[in-house]
Order: sequence, then structure tokens, then C-alpha cells
Amino acid sequence: MAAIEMVGKRRNNNLWLGFVGVCILFFLALPTFIVIPMSFSGASYLEFPPESWSFRWYESYFGSSEWMRSTRTSLLVAFLTTIIATPLGSIAAYGLTFTSARVRNASQLIVVVPILVPVILIAIGVFHLYAKLGLNYTITGIVIAHTSLAVPFVIITVLAGLKNYDFNQELAARSLGASRPRALLTITLPQVKFSIQTGALLAFITSLDEVVVSMFVSGGENATITRRMFNSLRDQVDPTIAAISTCLIFVSVSALVTVLIFNKNQNKDQS
Amino acid sequence: MNLATNNQLEGLNSTALAKARRKEGRLFFNLSLPSLITILIVVFIPVFWLSSLSFFDRAGDFSWENYERIFQSQLYIKTFIVTLKISFITLFFCILLGYPLCYWLSQLPDRLASILMIFVLLPFWTSILVRTYAWLVILQRNGIINDTLLSIGWIDEPLQLAHNLTGSIIGMVHILLPFFILPLFASMRSIDNNFIRAAISLGSTPRGAFWRVFFKMSLPGFFAGTVLVFVLALGTYVTPALLGGGKIQMLAQRIDSTIMLYSNWGAASALGVVLLVLAFAIIWIFNRAFGIDKLFMR
Repeated sequence: MAAIEMVGKRRNNNLWLGFVGVCILFFLALPTFIVIPMSFSGASYLEFPPESWSFRWYESYFGSSEWMRSTRTSLLVAFLTTIIATPLGSIAAYGLTFTSARVRNASQLIVVVPILVPVILIAIGVFHLYAKLGLNYTITGIVIAHTSLAVPFVIITVLAGLKNYDFNQELAARSLGASRPRALLTITLPQVKFSIQTGALLAFITSLDEVVVSMFVSGGENATITRRMFNSLRDQVDPTIAAISTCLIFVSVSALVTVLIFNKNQNKDQS
Repeated sequence: MNLATNNQLEGLNSTALAKARRKEGRLFFNLSLPSLITILIVVFIPVFWLSSLSFFDRAGDFSWENYERIFQSQLYIKTFIVTLKISFITLFFCILLGYPLCYWLSQLPDRLASILMIFVLLPFWTSILVRTYAWLVILQRNGIINDTLLSIGWIDEPLQLAHNLTGSIIGMVHILLPFFILPLFASMRSIDNNFIRAAISLGSTPRGAFWRVFFKMSLPGFFAGTVLVFVLALGTYVTPALLGGGKIQMLAQRIDSTIMLYSNWGAASALGVVLLVLAFAIIWIFNRAFGIDKLFMR
């Protein structure tokens, strides 16, 4: 009897836990999507559910030369950041796997600093460094700053990928006569390519969504889209932002879906 | 991890092998230099330079004046208290929501758990600005929550949810919760449930087995999440700036306005140093206890 009661109680506990879990998952995932219906609203203020539907906020976004210019800037910066940060971070991760544990740990401490240091301090500091170098408001300047913020994510992702990789395969290739670079390119690289691609997507998103550093070092002709969004959000809740946000959500979701597909393929390859 | 298989370093030429291995390690360390140097130049040097300003007075001489000032000024002390208060409340809610969620997910079949984890990864990959904007829309005076509560008659006038402390905390919990969940979930997933069964079969109560076995084994992930959430919360800029409606001034915004509005570099820099010392003390303790790689590596 007691056993049955206990099983019943456990089942109730599990149901209760499941309910709470689902609620928390909804809290995490759903709020963001509210901006999508908002972006198709016909009204000039934000109401939910919208009483009329229209594309006017998309027209106001795509029709504005200023918004378009900052969109191009952001995409260009994110693209350049990705193609610089990805090889830089991947090589670093590869190198770090062969160093002694002490050196690796010290390097990892350096690597996590850009993620953990309050970004406002980086922003103000970089702004003044750039003032001396004449890099403020230039694409080069923004890309260098974003690269140092994105590289840690690439290193962390690729290091995690290399952890699951058996380096004896590379040794086997070399003992069979392959040169070190050839063993790296033909044996190791294909097996960690998914984590490199994931790192690249993270670098792209990191740059595209970065706000605070962009607020300081981008501007004028080269203002990023996040800088413009932040400034207009401080003034009023402009529904054009809903249209832009919807586009940004689309980019994020596409990136995440790509990563999930990589993961699935990787698991398939391994089994 | 290392190329040379370690336990074979005995024998006559062990010193030569060890030397070769160290040399190889140094050689490979060079590969990480481009990344590390970029980080040093763009992050370390500017932040150190900014921090150094706090040790000089307006005449350019070394002094503790800036620190004396920030610890005497009511305004700055209030900023510290607000920042710590918000960070602790945010951490509290992240633990309250994150721990049961991770526990539930860790008990589900692997496939289902990885599908549900998409709900956690989705906000992680979405722009902070977009998410803050979404909360602004939801929490505003005529937002969904107020509209719904008004129409079902639970409240008579709109609740003040955005442009204050409540709004800032809701937004921050939403943004930082994935940072708590990801390391904790990874940690819980590696726990073998047989340990709990073993504990129970050895006479422990289910509750006792949970706290003394499962909870204890989840601690590395728990502390990794705690450190991430708390340190990131201390330095938050965007969310309270937009959801706090100008009433909530955390340290990051105070540093910004102290420089941009009042051009008081010394005081802003001293605030920054206090923030950095606090953050690094926490990270240092974590590094000592668990190793820094536990913070992000899964």
C-alpha cells in the first residue's frame, strides 16, 4: 500500500515538475516572438493583438536610407568579423590543446575576459584608444573591436570540439607519412569542421547583435543597426523597431537551426 | 589530450622526451598568439588604461582621492547598493527557475531533452536588444499583461511593470537565465542516476539521496551558472537602461554618465575598478575551486 502511494506521489511530483518546466521554457522562448505580430500592425502605436494589419513598418524600414545604410554596415562588419575571428580562434584552439595544462589554463583565463569584463569598460577604453589611432567611426575599428569580442566564442566552441577528437588519428596519419599540415588539414579539420562552423555562426551573431561597443566606436556614416536601434528605443517605442527586430530574429533562428543541423550530422557521422 | 602518451615517459630518454614535449607545447602556444594578442590590445590595454586613471587626481598626481570620493558620495553608494541588489535578485530568480528546469530536463530521455533545449538556446542566440524591446512591448502601460489583467477584471488600473525596478529584473532574468541553465544542465546530464538508486538502496531516503548525491554532484555546474549570471549581471548596461526608464542606474550606466555627462574620468574609473575587482575576485575563487574551463566548456 505504502509503495503504491509512494509511486502515486512520485508521479504527481513528476507531473508538477513537468508543468513548471514547460512554463519556464515558455517564459524563455515565447516573449521574443511577440514582436513578430507587432511588426505587421497597421496602427502607429503598439497594440496587441493588432486591430489592422499592414506592411507599413517594413516599408518604413526598407524605405529609409539611414536604416538601410546601418543595416549594410552591420552585415559587412559581422561578415568581416566572422572571416577574421574564425580562423584566428580555430588555430588558437588547436594550438592550446598541445600546450601544458598550466599554459592552457592561463590562456583560457585571458580568453574568457572579453566575455566577463563589463562591456562598458571595454567600450570606453577602446573609444579612447581609437581616438589616438583615428579608428573611431571606421569599419576597420569596429571590426577589430568585434573580433576580440567574437574570438573567445570561437576558441571555446572549437576547444570543446577538439576535446571529443582522438588525436591519435593525426599521429597515425603522420606515422604513415603525412606531413603535419597535411594531417591537420585532411584528418583533423574535417572532424572538427562542425564546431568551427558553429563558432563562425556565433562570431557572426556576436558581432551583429553587439550594442555597447558599437555605441561608442561606430557612428556617422558607419553607425551599426544596433546603435541606431538603441538610440531610437531610448526616445520612443517606434514600431519600425518591431520590423527590424523581426528581421534580426529571423537571422538568429536561421543561425540556430543551421547549428542544430550541424550537430545532428555530426552525431550521425560519429555513430 | 597531449600528443605524447604521458605514461611512456619513463626509461632512459625520459628527460629528452619531456624536453621535446615542452618544446612542442611552446611551439603550439604560438598558434594562439594572434588571438591572445588581439584580446590583449583591444580589451586588456584599454581597460587597464581606463583603470589607471582612478589613481590620479585632477592635477595628475597619484592619490586615493577618487576612491575616497566614491565611498563618501551618497549617489555612488546608492549605485553600488542598487547594482548588488539587482544582481542578487536576478541570480535568485535564475536559480529558482533554472534548477528545477534543468533537473526536469536531465530526467527526460536524451532525445526529448535535446529538443526542449532549443527553447533555451533560442533566446541565447537572439539579440539582447530585440529581447529587451519585446519586454518593453509586453510590460508597458497598455501592453499585453496589463490589457489581459484589466479585461478579466483582476486589476482596476494598469500595473507599473516597465520603466522601473520590476521591469529591469524581469528583463535581466530572461537574458541571463540561459547562462545559468547551460552549464548546470551539462553538469546534471553527466550524473549517473544509478548513484541515486545506490544511495536509496543503501538506506537513504529519496530526499536525502537527492541532496547528498544528486545536488552535490551538480554543484560544479551550479556554481559555473551562478558565477556567470552574477558577474554578467554586475556589468549589465542595455537592459536596465531601456527597461529601467532612467530611474534605475546600475554601475555600468553610472560609469557611462559620469564620463559622458560630467567628464569626471577619475570617479568613473574608480567605479570601474571596483566593478572589475569584484568580478575578478569571484572568477578567481571559481578558478581555484573548479578550474576556469568548467565555466564554459561542456
